[in-house]
Amino acid sequence: MSYSGLLLQLFQDALVVLIAPLLLGWVNQCRAWLQNRSGAGVLQPYRNLVKLFHKDAVLANNASPLFRFTPYILFSGMWLAAALVPVIATDLPLSPAVDVIALVGIFALARVFISLAAMDIGTAFGTLGARREMLVGFLAEPALLMVFFTASAISQSTSLVTIVETLAHRQFVLYPSLAFAAVAFVMVMLAENARIPVDNPATHLELTMIHEAMILEYSARHLALVEWASAIKLLAYITIGIALFAPWGIAEASNLEALPLALAALFLKLAVAGASLALLETLSAKLRIFRVPEYLGTAFLLAVLAMLVHFLLGA
Amino acid sequence: MAFSQQLINLFAALLLLIAFAMLSQRRILSLINLFAMQGLMLTTSTAIVAWSSHQHHLYYSAALTLIIKVIALPWLLHRLIRKLNVKWDVEPMINIPSTMLIGLALVVFSFNLALPISQLAGTITRSTLGIAMASVLLSFMMMITRRKAVPQVIGFLAMENGLFFAATSSTYGMPMVVELGIALDVLVGSFIFGIFFFQIRETFDSLDTRHMEKLKED
Repeated sequence: MSYSGLLLQLFQDALVVLIAPLLLGWVNQCRAWLQNRSGAGVLQPYRNLVKLFHKDAVLANNASPLFRFTPYILFSGMWLAAALVPVIATDLPLSPAVDVIALVGIFALARVFISLAAMDIGTAFGTLGARREMLVGFLAEPALLMVFFTASAISQSTSLVTIVETLAHRQFVLYPSLAFAAVAFVMVMLAENARIPVDNPATHLELTMIHEAMILEYSARHLALVEWASAIKLLAYITIGIALFAPWGIAEASNLEALPLALAALFLKLAVAGASLALLETLSAKLRIFRVPEYLGTAFLLAVLAMLVHFLLGA
Repeated sequence: MAFSQQLINLFAALLLLIAFAMLSQRRILSLINLFAMQGLMLTTSTAIVAWSSHQHHLYYSAALTLIIKVIALPWLLHRLIRKLNVKWDVEPMINIPSTMLIGLALVVFSFNLALPISQLAGTITRSTLGIAMASVLLSFMMMITRRKAVPQVIGFLAMENGLFFAATSSTYGMPMVVELGIALDVLVGSFIFGIFFFQIRETFDSLDTRHMEKLKED
């Protein structure tokens, strides 16, 4: 572990936490523009967080300790996940500890806790949201794993750093398998981050909400942490997508001169990804909940096809 | 790996993807559009094979594919469903996620089957033989799992696409006479199918082929 590596790791940790609300604000702003609204500005998520942190928390009488510490688990889990993805440099001291499979595990851990906390209070909405979340999760997870396996099969390693280094250093090769995997990944990302074909982040309509139903009982700093955690989750997913499918411009190990360029590339890619996410959400309609298994089944199918095509064509 | 081969691989993968999309499609209109798109992929990949292997007769087959499968047949099918007034949803016999899973199993099966064969072939496109076989089997499954006559015929036509792709990828295409014969066969076949559609509908008031079982003598 080098000194510069440690510095980079700390810098990235701070960076992902601080820019995650900005990304969310950018996505919301793009959506507003696409829907001919003026929008609340890209800084609105920060204002929301500040407002929520200043309020007094209200807890239900029958809330157990689990309900109270779940926001902290969520927040730290998502922070850990986002800190592990090589976003600006490949030399991160934390990353050898965890590979892509463990990363999926971290997301699963967060999902289990939020679902338990949702059921903890005993309201109908919490249970409903938790069940739907589990339905989405158990179908999305295998698809996500298959996407990771495809990238691992190409670079012959499950470590994200090795995958990024292999994919960033090839000469231009068309990988049909990676294209399939990318489509599957985008589908999974939309489902896991409660975006529009599966869930609508901007609604509290009881028949459709999944994520919002689970966090209905949270208030003040707990709610702030949960929302911040979901912003970081979105950032983590987008950076994983960038790492797997568009890793160009990332700084090599302990090369501090390449850092400004890598940062600029990262911000550019995040801006493009956020805008395309907003476009995708505006273009698609929300699915009925009973069509979600079909949607995620398609994602799984694409990911498995990517794997098969890789083994057949060697590409 | 040469760039042209990468392109062929890409188009082969897209062909497979469209085969799956057709398998999961509920609407007849989109089914026809997908069929036209599959024809377009086939045309492009055939043209690339022709260009990279300097087989000039393959240009003719690409042109033939373009005219018949991308323009004529979809136009004919569009006209047919307008006349028959069937735009409603297709009901598959098995639900769609299970169909997809069975389709995946078929793909694994055909990839395994094609592996020893493609090692014998000397063409630059030999690795795509598995994909060609997979798309034949997927179209075949589409014919089996659909109840209505129009999707079954589209499945049949898509199967021919897969066969054609198999021929191009394993042996640089069939002789011109055979190819012309098949192309005309498909064209004439779809005319006959069209007449059949009208007859089936007149007899049973529906395009559901299950009604044809009534014709059996006990």
